[in-house]
Amino acid sequence: MELLFQQIFNGLTIGSVYTLVALGLTLVFGILHVPNFAHGAFYMVGAYITLMMMVGFGFNYWIAIIASVAVVAILGVVTQQLIFKKLEGADGMRMMVAAIGILLFLEAFGQFMWGTEYYRMDTPYSSVVNLFGLTVTLQRLLIIIAAIILMLALHFFLTKTMIGAAIIAMAQNREGAFLVGINANQVAWLTFAIAGGLAAAAASLASPINLVFPTMGNLVIMKAFVIIIIGGMGSIPGAIIGGYLLGLTESIGATYISSDYKDVIAFLLLVVILTAKPTGLFTKGVQ
Amino acid sequence: MSNLLSKRTMIMVLSCVAILFPLVFQNMYLLQLLTLVFIWSIAVYGFNIISGYVGYLSLAHAGFFAIGAYGVGLLTTKAGLPYWLSLFLAVVITALAGALVGVIALRTKSHFFAIYTMCVGVIIYLLIDKWDSLTGGVRGLIGISAPGNIGPITFDTLTSQYYLALSFLALTIFICYRIVHSLLGRTFIAIRNSEELAKTIGISIMKNQLLAFTLSALFAGLSGALYASFIRFIGPQISAITVTFEMLMYLLVGGIGTLAGPLVGTLIVISLTQSLQFLEEYRMLIFGPVVVLLVLYYPRGITGSIETFIQKRKQQKISLRKEEHEVKRDVEEAG
Repeated sequence: MELLFQQIFNGLTIGSVYTLVALGLTLVFGILHVPNFAHGAFYMVGAYITLMMMVGFGFNYWIAIIASVAVVAILGVVTQQLIFKKLEGADGMRMMVAAIGILLFLEAFGQFMWGTEYYRMDTPYSSVVNLFGLTVTLQRLLIIIAAIILMLALHFFLTKTMIGAAIIAMAQNREGAFLVGINANQVAWLTFAIAGGLAAAAASLASPINLVFPTMGNLVIMKAFVIIIIGGMGSIPGAIIGGYLLGLTESIGATYISSDYKDVIAFLLLVVILTAKPTGLFTKGVQ
Repeated sequence: MSNLLSKRTMIMVLSCVAILFPLVFQNMYLLQLLTLVFIWSIAVYGFNIISGYVGYLSLAHAGFFAIGAYGVGLLTTKAGLPYWLSLFLAVVITALAGALVGVIALRTKSHFFAIYTMCVGVIIYLLIDKWDSLTGGVRGLIGISAPGNIGPITFDTLTSQYYLALSFLALTIFICYRIVHSLLGRTFIAIRNSEELAKTIGISIMKNQLLAFTLSALFAGLSGALYASFIRFIGPQISAITVTFEMLMYLLVGGIGTLAGPLVGTLIVISLTQSLQFLEEYRMLIFGPVVVLLVLYYPRGITGSIETFIQKRKQQKISLRKEEHEVKRDVEEAG
């Protein structure tokens, strides 16, 4: 029984990371209407920048995270302004290919800047605490709490501020949003900034329990795709439910089924879902 | 007519160059490079059918490539079957896998299709990587047999392998040419331009898409099988999504949805990469932005841009001629 609780706790940790990544992806989907393949590269860059700030400049972990969030948010805005803005109205294939091009570049850039080695990220939170009879590392606890705070902040931003409401409006109905005079360009770059920031935060939080390497974003982003398909593309509650669901399934599956094949679970899940329902779960209307 | 003639002579000249190349240049390195270019081109031609003509971005292509490669590898090393039978079986297995995936994947549209096929690709990769007892896992498969003899013809020299790859490529291009210039090719393009419109004129979308997807998997399988017997070592890395992205890049540089595009793109990108050896690890620093720039400004790649250019010039000529004609008529009328 204790093992099960331990795995549920681990699942919540991984789920938090997946959810943060998937939230950014789902927000950007509302703007681009295609999946942004480059999102995983944002995640990777975020981890490296935090690491660099900590090791290279000796910053505190939290300050490093804030710096990394800022840098990746700017990176998101730059890609949107330089590339995706120009492809507005182009067919989905071109957008997807452009995103792949950005991904290839950023991955090579990561390798060029920081090499192919695997790095550990040491934080002051590696101590073990006892929580309701479970022994957990402080970092894992921190991931869950930080993710919840970020999600709440995002929720209040989207529902309580004007600009947040504009983002939701754009995702729901593009033409309608234009009609009421929403500044599409502003909404677009802001969404990219938020998505990039969330990816950087997720990577910085997850790196201390994983490792930092150039292709670290690949598996995470692919799982984020699975999540936003499970949760419905563009849906925020869907991304949260999907993220935690996948995290829990994986960590429980790894213990009770096979740890070798734990990565397959997500993709099999998606294949099964899309086989049964080709437009994804919770999709409103016809895509 | 004159255009057709020049096109035909171009093809003739190019085939002659390709055939005579090993006789003139005894450069082993170049031969090896070109053989690889031919083998990869076959896969990219397959990619072009589904992504270029039908307009569905299939990200499982490296997976099918790997199925072909592992098919030949396992059938020759573990089952001990003769080479040509293994090659045939590997291609058939890949095509069947393609059909099976296609039946389900093609029910999804645009970005769902891209993500679905990406997941299929990842599953194939993870299976190859983890199924240690069958595929050898990360260690890969070693000692795959080279192509067997056909009667008196042997394939133990590099030159003979070059010709083997060249003939398979020629066959692939011929099939693609016939498809594109037939009703089937028109049907594919009609689906790409508008599925709804194609449906209203009575085209069976699913049947045609499935055919295109199966064909594309078949060529990927053939390419993979040839690759395995040429390199004679394969690892799970050949099924990674990065390989699909690489093929996408070849296709994009050459020209997506054009007949010459796959060969042109593969040739240019591979030779550039080889001549910039020092860049090996970082070549995407250049090619990533190239892909983005192509998508932004030349979405039809090199071949497509040349075609557009020629067409524009032709139209200019026609309009010039028209003007001349009108001037003449005016003069005559005035006279």
